[in-house]
This record gives sequence, structure tokens and C-alpha cells, in this order.
Amino acid sequence: MPRLTQNETHPVRFTLNGRPVSARVQPRMLLTDVLRHEIGATGTHVGCEHGVCGACTVQIDGEPVRACLMLAQQAEGCEVRTVEGLATDDALTSLQEAFREHFALQCGFCTAGILMTLDALFLRQPDADEGAIREALSGHLCRCTGYAPIVQAALAARNRIKGGPIDA
Amino acid sequence: MKDTVTERFVGRSVARVEDPALLSGHGRYIDDLPVSPGTLALAFVRSPHGHAEIRSVETAEAARAPGVVAIITGKDFAARTRSMTVGVKADVECWPMAVDRVRYVGEPVVMVVATDRYLAEDAADLVAVDYAPLGAVVDPVAALSDDAPVLHPSLGGNLINERRFRYGDPEAAFEAAPHRIGIDITYPRSACTPIETYGVIASYDPGEDAYDVTANFQGPFSIHAVVARSLQVPGNRLRLRTPPDSGGSFGIKQGVFPYMILAGIAARIAGAPVKWIEDRLEHLSASVSATNRQTRIEAAVATDGRITALDWDQIEDCGAHLRAPEPATLYRMHGNMTGAYDIPNMAIRNRVVLTNKTPTGLNRGFGGPQIYFALERLMDTIARRLGLDRLEVIRRNLIPAEAFPYRTTSGALYDSGDYAKVLDRAVAEGGLDALYARRNKARAAGRRYGIGFACVVEPSVSNMGYITTVLTPEERAKAGPKNGAQATATISIDPLGSVTVKVASVPQGQGHRTVLAQVVADKFGLPMDAVRVLADVDTMRDAWSIASGNYASRFAPAVAGATEIAAERLRDKLAKVAATQLNIPPDDVIFEAGRIGAAGNPDNNLSFARVAATAHWSPGTLPDGVDQTMRETVYWTPPELEAPTADDGVNSSLCHGFIFDFCGIEIDPETAEPKIDRYVTMHDCGRILHPAMVDGQVRGGFAQAVGAAFLEEYAYGPDGSFRSGTLADYLLPTMVEVPEPVILHHETVSPFTPLGAKGVGEGNCMSTPVCIANAVADALAPEGEAPDIVLPVTAAKLAPSIFGDEPAPKDPVPETKADATTGGRKLTGEGRAMVQASRTDVWKMLLDPATLDAIIPGSHGVQKVGETRFKADVTLGVGPVRGRYKADIDLSDLDPPNAVTLSGQAVGALGTGGGQGRITLTDTDDGTEIAYRYEAEIGGKVASVGGRLLDGAAKVVIGEFFRALARHCGGGASSGALARLRGLVDRVIKGGRS
Repeated sequence: MPRLTQNETHPVRFTLNGRPVSARVQPRMLLTDVLRHEIGATGTHVGCEHGVCGACTVQIDGEPVRACLMLAQQAEGCEVRTVEGLATDDALTSLQEAFREHFALQCGFCTAGILMTLDALFLRQPDADEGAIREALSGHLCRCTGYAPIVQAALAARNRIKGGPIDA
Repeated sequence: MKDTVTERFVGRSVARVEDPALLSGHGRYIDDLPVSPGTLALAFVRSPHGHAEIRSVETAEAARAPGVVAIITGKDFAARTRSMTVGVKADVECWPMAVDRVRYVGEPVVMVVATDRYLAEDAADLVAVDYAPLGAVVDPVAALSDDAPVLHPSLGGNLINERRFRYGDPEAAFEAAPHRIGIDITYPRSACTPIETYGVIASYDPGEDAYDVTANFQGPFSIHAVVARSLQVPGNRLRLRTPPDSGGSFGIKQGVFPYMILAGIAARIAGAPVKWIEDRLEHLSASVSATNRQTRIEAAVATDGRITALDWDQIEDCGAHLRAPEPATLYRMHGNMTGAYDIPNMAIRNRVVLTNKTPTGLNRGFGGPQIYFALERLMDTIARRLGLDRLEVIRRNLIPAEAFPYRTTSGALYDSGDYAKVLDRAVAEGGLDALYARRNKARAAGRRYGIGFACVVEPSVSNMGYITTVLTPEERAKAGPKNGAQATATISIDPLGSVTVKVASVPQGQGHRTVLAQVVADKFGLPMDAVRVLADVDTMRDAWSIASGNYASRFAPAVAGATEIAAERLRDKLAKVAATQLNIPPDDVIFEAGRIGAAGNPDNNLSFARVAATAHWSPGTLPDGVDQTMRETVYWTPPELEAPTADDGVNSSLCHGFIFDFCGIEIDPETAEPKIDRYVTMHDCGRILHPAMVDGQVRGGFAQAVGAAFLEEYAYGPDGSFRSGTLADYLLPTMVEVPEPVILHHETVSPFTPLGAKGVGEGNCMSTPVCIANAVADALAPEGEAPDIVLPVTAAKLAPSIFGDEPAPKDPVPETKADATTGGRKLTGEGRAMVQASRTDVWKMLLDPATLDAIIPGSHGVQKVGETRFKADVTLGVGPVRGRYKADIDLSDLDPPNAVTLSGQAVGALGTGGGQGRITLTDTDDGTEIAYRYEAEIGGKVASVGGRLLDGAAKVVIGEFFRALARHCGGGASSGALARLRGLVDRVIKGGRS
């Protein structure tokens, strides 16, 4: 990483959902702020800014990461994937469809982070069992749904990704 | 026109129209909305004290900071606004920010406007506020005592309102009853804490003296009047808009309104639009919470368990200011104070007090959790006291089915219900017998297992006049009657025949747009995607009234009802138009599959679009008596919602759903942790419009109630310091803590709402906490007197009941009494340090500014300002939370060169720190032994976010001081606490000096 100077802006370049992006920001700027307010990718949400709620979860080189706990400069050269990068050609993914079918969201504010965590989980572990799903989701807060529909949606998505029956 | 259209969408769990955007990152929440170029960021300097006079505010340094455009103090603000309206008659002002006194930790003190959020927060740290701390009071009962610190001197005390009510003849009933059974209840503070925090974007147009405010406000829009009055503009000079999406509210986002006023003034002074997005610490410490309440409830009870009278004594804690619509939490349930029971006599004493805590406001359940916790704990107590079966006591008191519509003794008109039947169904279908068997088996094995019940009437669609029950009948007569609950809906059809629905319901994720598309599509015989629904509000363009918004579970009964009426009117009009074109009587017109046709003649029809377009393209061809307006706006208000009567009867809500819950809870024998084994919740919310959404509301409310029951509490120190400023301190339930409840339904339609629906959003927040508490009580004490259960029921609270009281430590740490006048939690300690210098040399060093500068951890310079007084500029840190403080150091009780007392007070952007130490010097063989004892305290933001680290941190900072003194003297050997702390010091205080 290049040497950065406080109070000065420096370029940061990374790929966002497959496209190269860049911004000039101060070293202290959070990745969430660069994504949302410099680049305009507002699908990633900020809930607590101290790493507890999980709403801001994005994927950095395939790993789920809390974007509020990461400086934008740390993303230099990384592949960043956000909720905007899940669906292609306006078609929802199996995971997103399952969330819709199971009413696994209400206000939708925490949903982006949950989707990114589950997407990363299923990429790594397509046959993740309910225990693994719950473990992955235990780091996310949702105030609307009571969680049960989220687990059901995740199980249904896993089955669909595996090619099995839709409903768990 | 024949109503032959079968409802294809209403009653079915169709996919939500909201979801594709929300699932793909295309939601439009407040922080996602585009803003004008040049929009500035607003940040707040907030009070670190629970109660203090503001001596002075120094802003010069902050004003010079990069990017700063405006700095606004409370006095600047007050000069341009009026105090916010207070809902009771009381000589008190209510400002959105502190003017000359702070009354809760987190209260806004200074507004900083800068070019971006980072710079605004930097500059906020440079504002120096000089406070004179005052005694604080956080307990509502203590706040009533004569010697309690008074928050608002103009009130002369902390009691801001008291009313007594009497319904029937409670005295006679108590006199006649063989039993008088009562309990005391302490209900704590918690809040439903949405994941999206508050946000406001405001601008000011000096040409029209008009404010334009966008906020993730949820209503009620009666608050629009409060904001406009405070800004001193007519209503049409306050354009209030809400974003299309909102990241949850649960009542909380009603409380954003003071920030609309603040941001409006900030924009006006800065001369540019401003935007503010609240952070989580601001949200937890200074948004709103539910009220905490102290209740005494007594019942007059017959030998068979029948209750003939209730006597309530409620002390409601509304925090530091009585903000609109408070004290509504206390009065929302006023018609329902007898719950699901047929109790003819009742006395109520309601007191509203102010304490040094965050002002309260709407929160899911709104008043319900507080009253049902008391009432249903009382039912449990009655059964125990009389040796009766708990369910039997409930059954004997339930309002009988034939009594509906039922008028409660305090004036509510319960619309419909069959409580006994619903209860019986829940018992049978929820498997209560099996649960009893499970409990008995667990108990036989020596485990602690309990079953709890709760019976709740869930009110919905609030009467906008209920809050006036807080006024005396004479005051009400003078002010004029208030009542009703206007819901609005506009439906329009465009020239291509597509349908737009506009309501002012401001959803926060509930799926309003989906349900209204269902209702209207059914009415017009259209597919759902032919109907587009907008539910956000623009007060300059939309139909709205004071009851608009999303609260009191009013959507399904009121807003969907108003939409149904608007659709019906428009359909009647279209039927007349179509009848002419189809040459049939209007009564024969049917709406089906996108076409309008003749009943019984499938070939005679026209497309919906063609009929609807007639009014646009050829109004001259419309039949007589049909106007050309393809737009229908309905303002609906139910006639049942009358103003409170002269004898204080109030129909506080239009609809009354019924909930019966039971659960099994086991207490872990090793950890004392209570765990839900099974939870059954039975709801009668009238007609169900969308089953999955209703279950979503039940599950969501249940999860929040699980949090309130087991985890969540807004914790305050006795001095008003706030101790739950992060989501690691204020614990929300995760997937791990929330079990899946068994959800059952019974449908008794409401005769008072257009669709027969009742509200369903809040019930479990009312029923679940007390159901859990009753089960815990049963687990702790299966028989005999009921144990006192105070939420949240944590393992730590239950442990003494399981394991007995903790034995006293062998080596007790001397406890110091918390001093409510000075600051945060007291920390004490002692230590020794060996110094290779003479007593006289050490003494000189302690009085020398240069030495103090060298040894005070993180010192940026020490100035001697008097013989024994110093001023210092220091950087102190708790872990990563580091801040710069201005410190005053005093030396007192000087006994040269033997002993001195060193006191310090530090104030900085992160809060306050202070301490006092007695230092004793003794000669030793190779130098001097310095012995010290200290008390230290830390308050403000540091205490809110770093409470868990405080004890260690204080020890570290003080230890570092003496270690540096020893080092300065060329010594370094140390003993006692200091030696043990050294490792910690090295780890934590890295580069404390700069």
C-alpha cells in the first residue's frame, strides 16, 4: 500500500461488481462512505458503524467483510462485490427470489448485508446445512422479521442452488 | 353493478411489490436520496452530563476549522424558533436542543454545519462547552421526592401532570370484596431500535420564508403542526416529505421531529441545504425510547377469582422533556385498562414525571407492554393467592362473546371478539396439555420449568383525541373537542387506463404498497401490476391529515379501508360509464380480468382501459350525472372515535384485536439462563388481508418482545450517565436468541372498518414480555407468593434465586457511594511507587508545572494558574477511543512535604473524566515511597461506549501518572496495584504522549 498522508486525498482503485472504479479520498474515509457517497452505490447500508449489525456487509475478494470497519484505502486493488452485483440483467438470483418467496425481508435495510453473507457462504459451501447457515447469519441483526423466514429462505435458496427441491 | 368479482388477491400471500428493488440494492432510503449540490453536513455537540448548567460555549476554534460554514448554539437557535408545544398544561419550555441547561446525556448543545460529515464532526470536537454539573435524578419515584434535583425550575418539581380517574364505584367494590390483591411493577426502558437511524435533509427558501424538510419520519402528521409552530411558519411554509423507503421504525421515527426543526434552522443560518444522518450512539442515547413506569395495581377479587374492581397507580417516566405526543404512552391504553376482562369498576391515578433521561416517544406496543405487564402479572398473582388455576381465573373474567360491541368501564368500545373461544382454540391447537406434561416431566427430574399465560386486547387505529384525556374535562371543554382518525386515499386512472393509488401511510417495511395493490386490483378486476401504489408523503401535494402516518397499527383497518372506499366510488363511476357503452343497467356491470362487461353475457364487454379513458379523451360522451374526474380522494374517519366524555370515558382506539399467548420456559441449572422451550401465540386481528404479512408482523413483534424480555435495557447511572451506547452494550436479539413461535389465528371481523380488518402490528410487544415473565415466575416458584420479576430477565438477575446470594468477597474492595452531583461511575483503587528521590524533591516535582507536564499521561502542556491550581491539555484514551481533554488540577490539604490531595476534572469532546487522589510520601532507605488512594470517574460519551472498559482504563491512566513520576525521579521500582498494572499499561497506553 502506498504511503498515505493524513488530511490529503489519495486515489483508491478497486473493482466494484466487476467494473473498475476509482475515487480520491482521505485515508480516514470508510469504505461504506466511498461506496455510498463517492461512487453512488447506495445498496450497501450503514446501521451501526461499529461492526455489530452486519447491514454493511460486502464481499472483498469473495470474503464477507463489514464495510463500516474498513477504510476505503484498504480496498485498493481488491474485488469488491455488493448487493447491486448479485442480480444480472434485472433478474433476481435464486437467493433473492427465495427471500421474496419466503417474506424474508420487511424494511429491507439489513437485507443487503444478509444476502452478501449468504452468497459468500453458498459460494464456499453450496451444501451448507442449517447449522452453518444460522452460524453465518448470527452476525446480522434484523429488527423486522424475527429471523425465521430468513432461515427458511436461505434453506430454500441452498436447495435451489444445489438443484434440489425449492422448499426446504 | 354486481359484486360477482371473486377476490383474487386479498386474503392471499402474494409476493410483495416492494421486494425486487429492496433485494437488489435499489431501495431509496433517506441517505440514498439525491441532494442539491452544495448540501452541507450537520453534526451535533451533545451533552456528556445528565444534568448541568451551560456556563459558556466557546466556538471560535471550531469556527476556524476546515470546511465549517456555521456553528449554532442553543441561544442562536432559540432566537429563531418557538419552544415546541407541550401536551399538558404546565409552565415549561421544550426545546429540541439545550439552551441554558442540559438535562440528559446526548442532548444537542451545539450544531456544526460543514462541507462534509467528517469535517463537521472534527469541528464539533473543537467546540468547548463549560458545564456546571447539577444533581441528577433517573428514577421516577425518586424524582417525586422533595429533595430530588428539579429539571425544570419553572415547574417547581418533576411532576408535570397528575390526574385521577374513577369509573363505576371502585371504593364500594373494594369494600365489598373478600380479597384485595395487589402488586408493584417496575417496567424498564427499552426501544425497538430500527437498523436505519434518523435522517433529515432540510433547506430554507428566504424568498417565501419556507422550509422544505425530508425526513424518515413515520407520522403522526399532527407533529407537522408542532414543527411548523416551532419554526414560526404557517403549515404551508413547511413542506414535509418522506423518502420512498424507510429502514424500520416501530414507532421510533416519530421522534425524529425535533431534528426537523434543528436542521431547518441550521439550513437557514448556513444559507444552504443541510443533511444529517444520525449515528448509532446518537440513536441509542438521544433518539427516543419507550417510557419506563412504576405501577401499583390492586384488584378487588371474589373468592372464585372474579375481579370486581381495579385500582391503578402509575408513575410514568417521560425523560427530560415532555415531547409531543407524550404523555400519550400513558393514555393510549386508557380505554383498555381492564384488558380482556369484564371489570365494571376502576380507579386510576396517573402521574407523569420528568427525569434526566432521553425524552420518550412512540415505540411498538406504545403503552401496552407497561399496562399488560402489570395486569397479567396481577392475574398470575391472584391465582396464586387464591390457590386457583391461572387459566381458570382468566376464563372467569373474560368479556363474554355476547357482550360485543362491549363498552369498557373507562369508555372503550370493543368492536368484536369471542375471547373464550379463541382461548379454547389456542389451548387445544397450541398443545397446552402436552406442555403441562413436559413441564411436569422436567420438574420431576428436578429442573426449573415454568408455564406462563398472557391475555391481551390489542388496540389499533388510535383516536386522535385520546391524549386529551390528560386534560381535565374543564380544560378539554375550553380547548375544544378532539377526536377521530382520518385516513386518506387517492386513486386516479390515467389516459392509458392504468391505476395509481396514493396514500399517506409512510410504511417502514410493512408492505403497504402490496396490500393496496391487492385491494384495488380486486375491486377493478385488474392484475396487480396494473395498479401502482405510492405511500410516501409530500405535505404540499398529497391528501393528508393529522392522523396520517404509520403508527397504532392503523394501516389495515384505516388506510386500506379508505382505499377500498375510494376504489368503490371510482368503480361505481366506471360502471355507469360502461353501462351506457354496453347498453346495460349499471347494476349488471362486472369488472373481471381487465375488462368491464355485462354479467351473464361474456361477449358484451370493453377493456377496462377503454372505459376508463373515456373521461380523459371524450368527456363530452359521458352519461348524465357522471363527471369526468378519474380521481377519487377519500378522507375517512370512523364515527365511533368520539371525543372523551365529560366523565373521562374515552374510546381510545377503533379496533380491538385479541391475543392469547402461552409459553414454556426452562431455567438452565448451571447458568441460570432462561430459555424459551415453546411459545404459542394466538391472534384474532379480524379479517386477514395478507396472511404472510400478518405472520411477519407477529414474528417481528415477538422477536422484539424477546429482546425486551431477556436482553434490552437503556441503562443509566445514578448521575444520568448513559451506559448502553453501542449495540455491544444494548443487546438486540440475534437469530440465536429468537425461537420460532407457533402462530395461530382466529378471524372475527371488525364491524367498524371497511375491510373488517383490525391492526396486528403491536400485539406481541404487549403480550410476550409478560407471558415470559409469568413463565419465569412459575419456574422459580411453582407455588406460593409470586417472585418479583423485573425485565430484562437475565441470568444475572435469576442467579440469586437459583444459587442463593453470592457470598461476600474475602478481600472486599471498599465501596464508594455514587455521588450524583459530579459525574459517572466511581472507580477506586490504591497503589504504591518507590522513587529514587528525596521526599522534598518529590514534593517540589508535584508542584512544578514542567514536571506535571512530563508525567501527566498524554499531556500537551501544563499551566500554573494559581499557587495550587493548574490547567492542563491532555489526550486520554480508552482503547481506541481517544480524545483531547482540558483538565483542571487542584492541590489541596497540603502537608509539605508529607501529603497532598490532587484533584482533577477533565472535559473533552468524548465526555468527562475526573479523579481525586491522596498522596502520601514516606522516607525509605533509598528514596521515597509514594502511596496513593484514588477515586476516579468517567462520564459522557466514553462511559456510553466504553463502560465495559472503564475500571481498567481508570487504573491504567492513574497508574501511568505515578509510573511516570517514578521514572521522572529516576526510580521505577513499584509495588502493589501499580506493578500488576504495568503490563496492562504497556499494552493499552501506547504513545499516550504526543
